[in-house]
Amino acid sequence: MSPTFESRRAVLLLAEFASAHDVLHAANGVREAGYVRWDAHTPFPVHGMDRAMGLRDSSLGWIVLACAITGLGGAFWMMHWMNGIDYPLVVGDKPPGAPYALPAMIPIIFELTILLSAFGAVFGMLGLNGLPRHHHPIFESERFLSATDDKFFISIEANDPRFEAEKTRALLERMNAVHVELIREATS
Amino acid sequence: MSYYEPIAGIDEGHFVRPGSTLRDVTDDVACVTENPAPRGWWVCFGIALSLVGVFVACVGYLFWRGVGVWGNTSPVYWAWDITNFVWWVGIGHAGTLISAILFIFRQRWRTGINRFAEAMTIFAVICALIFPGIHVGRVWVIYYMFPLPNQMSLWPNFKSPLLWDLFAVGTYFTVSVLFWYTGLIPDLATLRDRSRTLWRQRVYGFFALGWTGSNRHWQNYERAYLILAAISTPLVLSVHSVVSMDFATSVIPGWHTTIFPPYFVAGAVFSGFAMVETVFLVARSVFKLHRVVLIRHLDMMNKFLLLTSLLVGYAYAMEFFVAWYSGNEYEMAHFFKNRPTGPYYWAWLWMVGCNVLVPQVYWFKKARTNIPLMFVVAIMINIGMWFERFVIIVSSLNRDFLPSSWGYFRPTIIDVGTFAGTIGIFFTGFLLFMRWLPMVAMAEVKGTMQQADPHWHERNQNRREEFAASRGSLVQEGGE
Repeated sequence: MSPTFESRRAVLLLAEFASAHDVLHAANGVREAGYVRWDAHTPFPVHGMDRAMGLRDSSLGWIVLACAITGLGGAFWMMHWMNGIDYPLVVGDKPPGAPYALPAMIPIIFELTILLSAFGAVFGMLGLNGLPRHHHPIFESERFLSATDDKFFISIEANDPRFEAEKTRALLERMNAVHVELIREATS
Repeated sequence: MSYYEPIAGIDEGHFVRPGSTLRDVTDDVACVTENPAPRGWWVCFGIALSLVGVFVACVGYLFWRGVGVWGNTSPVYWAWDITNFVWWVGIGHAGTLISAILFIFRQRWRTGINRFAEAMTIFAVICALIFPGIHVGRVWVIYYMFPLPNQMSLWPNFKSPLLWDLFAVGTYFTVSVLFWYTGLIPDLATLRDRSRTLWRQRVYGFFALGWTGSNRHWQNYERAYLILAAISTPLVLSVHSVVSMDFATSVIPGWHTTIFPPYFVAGAVFSGFAMVETVFLVARSVFKLHRVVLIRHLDMMNKFLLLTSLLVGYAYAMEFFVAWYSGNEYEMAHFFKNRPTGPYYWAWLWMVGCNVLVPQVYWFKKARTNIPLMFVVAIMINIGMWFERFVIIVSSLNRDFLPSSWGYFRPTIIDVGTFAGTIGIFFTGFLLFMRWLPMVAMAEVKGTMQQADPHWHERNQNRREEFAASRGSLVQEGGE
C-alpha cells in the first residue's frame, strides 16, 4: 500500500516568481534569512544570481587544469616513448625522441591537451552538478515544468536547519512569490 | 545603458524582435520539433537520403575494387578525395568560430545562429573524416593510423603531418560534439518539460540528464561553457593549420608555402560562413523562423564573408608575389605558367571569380540584406572554395618536376558520386537535427533579452507600455 499524501515526507518548498527581478530579490532575501540548503531555478542564468545566493566561485577551472596537464604530459611521453625509446625512429637524420624531435611533437601535444581539457570541462561540470540525476523530488511539481520556459523558482530543502514549513512559506510569500507549494517525496 | 540595449553608435539593432516574450522564444523554437514536418522538409530529406544511397553504392564499389575506381593516377595521387576532405573540414570551422570565438568576444548576435552552426560543424567534420578513411585503399587496416600495439611492433611516425592531422581532426570532432551537447542540455530540458507524449518525455528527459535550471548548476555550466569556448578558439585555428601542413611541409611548388596555415584558416572560415548561410536560409524559409533569425544576423554574416573574402584574396595574391620574390624557377613556373594558364586554368578562374570577385557585392547594404542574392552568393562561394582546394591539390600535382611524368586528372563517375553522397550525408544529418532538436539555443537567446535583465523593470517603468504596444507587430516579416 502506498503511503497517503500527508504521510509522505516533505522534502522541499517551491516558490514560483514571475520575473528575473523578483527571483533575484527573493534570493537575496532567502540568503539574508540564513538558509543554506536552497537553490534558484531559472530558464537561463540570471545575471547577479551567484552573488545573490552567496555562491563561491566554481572550482571547475582546477579540474580542467589537471586534465590539461595530464594531456600535455601524456602526449609528450607517448611520443617520446614510442618514437624515441621503444622503437627509435630516425627521420630526417635527427636523433629520435626528445629534445630533437620536440618541435614535431608540438601539434599533437597541443591537440591532446585540448582534448583532455574538454573532457575535464564537460564531465567535471556534470560531476560537480551531480548530473545525470533523472529523479528529483522537484519534478513532482506540475508548475515546475515552466522553469525551463519562462518562470523562475526558488526551492528550499526541508532539511535546511532553518526550515519551518510555515515561517519559510511566509518568507517566500513576502518576497512576491506567485505560488508556493510543498513538495513531498515521490510515491514510488 | 543596459547590456541588452542596441548600441546605436555602431548601428546595432535588437537581436530578438522587441516585444517578444520568453514564452515566444520557447514556442517558436520548440514547436518545430513538435509539429508535423512541413512538406519542404520531406522533399529535402528525400533528396538527401537518396544521395546517401548513392554514397553507399559508390563506397561499396570502392571497397570492392580499390581506389582505382577513382580518377587518381600518376602524378595526381591526391585528387577529389583530399579536396573534399579539406573542403568539408573548412566548412566545419565557421561553426566553431561562431560558437566559441564570437562567444568570447561577447557578440550576442551569435545566439540566433550558434546551435545551427555547431550542428553544421559536426556533420561537416563527419563528412570530412570519411575521405581520409576511405582513401587509404585497405580500409580494414585503418587502425594502423592509431598509436596501437600491433603485430609488427611498429608505432606511427609522429613527425608526419598526416598523423598530426588525424589527432587534430579527431580532437576537433570530439570537442565539437561535447561543446554542442553541453549547449543542448538546458534546451533538451525545455523540450522534456513541454512534451505531451511519454516517449518524447523519456527520450528528451534521458538526454537532458535531469537538468532543473538550478543556479548552482548554471554556475558550473557557464564556467564549463566558457572554458570550452576558450579552448576551442585555439583548437579551431590549429586544425586547419595542421591540415595545411599536410601540404606546406612537402616540397611541391604550390604547396611549399609558409602562408598556408593562416591562409587555410581564413579560407575555412570563409567557406564555413557561406555554408552556414546556405542552410540557414533554407531552414528559415522551411520552418518560418523569421522571428528569431533576423535579417540583421544575415547582414552580419555577409560582412564576415566580405572580410574573409578579402583575406583569401590577399593570400592568393601573396602566393604569386612570394613565388616571384623567391626567384625559384619551379615556384615561378608553377605560379606563372601552370596555375592561371595551365591545363587547369578554368578551375583557377572559378576560384578567383567566386571567392574574390563575387563577394565584393557585399560592400553594399542592399546586397547584404537581399535574401535571394545572398543565397546565390553563398552557393557561389561554396563552389569557389571547393575549386580553391582542387586548384591547390590537383594543379600543383599534375605538372611535377619532370615534364615526362606530367599528366591530366579526370574524375570518374565514382568520384562524383562519392562527393555528392557526402553532401547527402551532411544534409540528412542536418535535416534530422532541425526536425528533432532545438535549432536555436533557447536558453542563450532568452539570456540576451530585456526580460533577462533583473533591473529591467526598475529602469523601464515608463517604457513598459511601449513594450505592450509593440506586441501587436510580432509576425511582421524581416527587419527590426
